[in-house]
Amino acid sequence: MIERFRETIRAAASQKRALRIRGGGTKDFYGGPLRGEILDTRDHAGVVSYEPTELVVTARCGTRLDELERMLAERGQRLAFEPPHFGETATLGGCVAAGLSGPRRMAAGALRDFVLGAKIIDGRGDSLSFGGQVMKNVAGYDVARLMAGSLGTLGVIVEVSLKVLPMPASEATLRFEMTQEDAIGTMNRWAGRPLPISATCWHAGQLMVRLSGAAAGVAAAQRDLGGETVEEGARFWCELREQRHRFFEGPAPLWRLALPPATAPVPLAGEPLIEWGGGERWLRSEAPAEVLREAARAAGGHACLFRAPFETAEPFQPLAQALARIHRSLKAAFDPNGVFNRGRMYPEW
Amino acid sequence: MSPMETAGVEPADFLAERDFGGRDREALLSELSRVLPRGALLVSPEDARPYECDGLTAYRQLPLAVALPDSEDQVRAILRICASLDVPVVARGAGTSLSGGAMPHKDGVVLSLARLRSILALDPLARTARVQPGVRNLAISEAAAAHGLYYAPDPSSQIACTIGGNVAENSGGVHCLKYGLTVHNVLRVRAITIEGEALEIGSEAPDAPGYDLAALINGSEGMLAVITEITVRLTPKPLTAKVVLAAFDDVVHAGDAVAAVIAAGIIPAGMEMMDQPATRAVEPFVHAGYPLDAKALLLAESDGTPEEVEEEIGRIREVMAANGATGIRVSRDEAERLRFWSGRKAAFPAVGRISPDYYCMDGTIPRKRLAEMLTAIATLEGKYGLRCCNVFHAGDGNLHPLILYDANAAGELERAEEFGGEILELSVEYGGTITGEHGVGIEKIGQMCSQFSRQELAMFHRVKAAFDPRGLLNPGKAIPTLNRCVEFGRLHVHKGGVPHPELPRF
Ligand SMILES: Cc1cc2nc3c(=O)[nH]c(=O)nc-3n(C[C@H](O)[C@H](O)[C@H](O)COP(=O)(O)OP(=O)(O)OC[C@H]3O[C@@H](n4cnc5c(N)ncnc54)[C@H](O)[C@@H]3O)c2cc1C
Repeated sequence: MIERFRETIRAAASQKRALRIRGGGTKDFYGGPLRGEILDTRDHAGVVSYEPTELVVTARCGTRLDELERMLAERGQRLAFEPPHFGETATLGGCVAAGLSGPRRMAAGALRDFVLGAKIIDGRGDSLSFGGQVMKNVAGYDVARLMAGSLGTLGVIVEVSLKVLPMPASEATLRFEMTQEDAIGTMNRWAGRPLPISATCWHAGQLMVRLSGAAAGVAAAQRDLGGETVEEGARFWCELREQRHRFFEGPAPLWRLALPPATAPVPLAGEPLIEWGGGERWLRSEAPAEVLREAARAAGGHACLFRAPFETAEPFQPLAQALARIHRSLKAAFDPNGVFNRGRMYPEW
Repeated sequence: MSPMETAGVEPADFLAERDFGGRDREALLSELSRVLPRGALLVSPEDARPYECDGLTAYRQLPLAVALPDSEDQVRAILRICASLDVPVVARGAGTSLSGGAMPHKDGVVLSLARLRSILALDPLARTARVQPGVRNLAISEAAAAHGLYYAPDPSSQIACTIGGNVAENSGGVHCLKYGLTVHNVLRVRAITIEGEALEIGSEAPDAPGYDLAALINGSEGMLAVITEITVRLTPKPLTAKVVLAAFDDVVHAGDAVAAVIAAGIIPAGMEMMDQPATRAVEPFVHAGYPLDAKALLLAESDGTPEEVEEEIGRIREVMAANGATGIRVSRDEAERLRFWSGRKAAFPAVGRISPDYYCMDGTIPRKRLAEMLTAIATLEGKYGLRCCNVFHAGDGNLHPLILYDANAAGELERAEEFGGEILELSVEYGGTITGEHGVGIEKIGQMCSQFSRQELAMFHRVKAAFDPRGLLNPGKAIPTLNRCVEFGRLHVHKGGVPHPELPRF
């Protein structure tokens, strides 16, 4: 399989043809236009090693995310960054390349925080291995972590090692009535206290808070915070993660603003939904891209056109000049012939 | 420059290190003195002497000059001058690196960030601190304490080492099992390239557009850019913490107990192991109350709310007992908790008291092979005729064997280095790595050739060149040239390929 990938890549490189790396295709909507012949990763599947006591799983890129999570759950473990699947065919490779994290992001860390190692094939067709299966490794630059969120523009991620964590023993979801402004203040104040808060979501006057951890700690926090206990909490967070919550319905462009969490409500046209303690702000908005980008930039963050019915703007916030130069050089270092996912991250490459 | 234009071009210093001799020293010194405050340029050997090495004292080198800027503008000016005169630059924090990363270059300038030591902003609501690179690790936690917050990564050197050095080394500490390494706790880094351009990497938002350059700058060992500002994430102080001290009459049982704690679904705030020689070295020094007859000691900490801690400590005790602990004590109060930790934290200085010199190793291996590694180290002690004390970040498989030697005894340093080299290569063989947190620097540059293939090393050189195309930042460190690997005789060859046939053999 790896040999087949390498041959395909070498052939494409010699003819300077574009390849589009694709797993389950569940994130085809994300990022720039889809260009080039498909390099399908799904047949390179399977778990290479999993030892619960090492807290590490190593699996091939085509491994289905739902199968991987099911296997971990059987041993009482999970991917702590709670990745969105966006469809049952989602693969591990696509998950890492997209770099998206779910509701637990602020408590547990982002996907990139859990990447321990990766085997990749670069744009020359060379097989390379970075990082490994151990928790601490500072030998060489952390290229494995660089792959997280690189949207397949640097190479084919053929195998990944991820840190896994135990499932929390207990979870509870609380609901509070609150304005947006109060919710942002409250989420940040609570995040500054040693509380087992594992997710937050504010929408339409309601703040949802999930607690996770040892039973005693969750119960104590529940007493401390008050609010109304939500029965079907687990379902709520899953629907939210998968964007099946009603906020995500309809055709209006979906913007994702990542902001410093304590930023006061940003007055922008459109309906907001806030996650990650204020750090991730979804917006259904027809406002011009420049307006949203400037507002996000001014607040110290960035805006991404996450989903739109048709292409209205570039997906990602443009980079400052010096950073853009380094991005181009890195792209050239990994993929000198510009084979992989052309234009998927930025139009110039 | 499009990707196409650079196809096939390899970084200049991939094959061999560049020679920086013969630069215009007078021009360099006069230009530097123009941009620096009085007294901030050290030139004479007497003045530069304190900078000739870092924590790896076996390697020493005097630089051309030491620059001590006190602002980012001065840093930028220094870098521009060095770039224009093609002079190497070695950034330096507190100089506590244990891998020689901050050792000067003989034809270069040491750029000390020690005078950039302001905490620029501390936002308790956002739980962030924006600091200059020369701020000491512990100073951040001290400043945050009033708000019930702290900076989680806690290297044992935290009273001295700088946050800039921590980022450059991606340092860890005893609590990184639960709270992560530097890379997990740094939100944003501002760094200046050798050309004097500012890079904003990461952000105070949860993420930033484009590639995750923070993954590269953390652990970059001063090779990519000079870090001038850092925003760190602050963590709420846990309400309470307790530590279990468990004694074992066999290192294998202690190793099994570590795995069993994890298997029970517990992630302790820290889980450390010391073997008997280490315990015997520290006990007379700190009087931590360690049992001296135990073959191995485990320290496992639980933190959180009082309810959580009670529950978790109970479970840790059970697991330890079930895995053959011969004695278990739980800290009764904060003073006792600190005393139990004091021995572990003072392990290096304590070993420094019982031996004229020691050489600290830093391999990481899968936890399940801890016992095997300890047995192998015992065999190597015989082979090299040197003693070794072992302290481990057991929870994450990071080993710090301390090889005792006497630099004044002929051949002992060389034997210690060979002993250490064997441990590192065993670490790679066991599925681990040559360095978990201390960095490659100059010390482990040879072993990099065992861990990585020619293509992988080439990629590291290309990554460096993306930031520092002329290779002026910390040359000769961290990433070996191919020639060095040939000399070292240990290029790792994938699938039977002939290693770099184009290179001359010598
Ligand atoms: C007793 C002792 C205990 C230790 N315990 C630990 C431990 O528990 N965990 C651990 O991880 N390490 C430990 N260390 C190692 C060391 O303290 C860390 O690597 C630390 O992060 C180095 O910080 P520093 O400021 O001293 O950096 P320096 O030693 O001055 O420099 C280290 C490297 O960083 C680069 N650098 C420094 N500042 C900058 C900057 N601003 N921009 C760019 N590059 C820069 C240098 O060029 C060099 O390559 C210990 C060391 C000692 C002596």
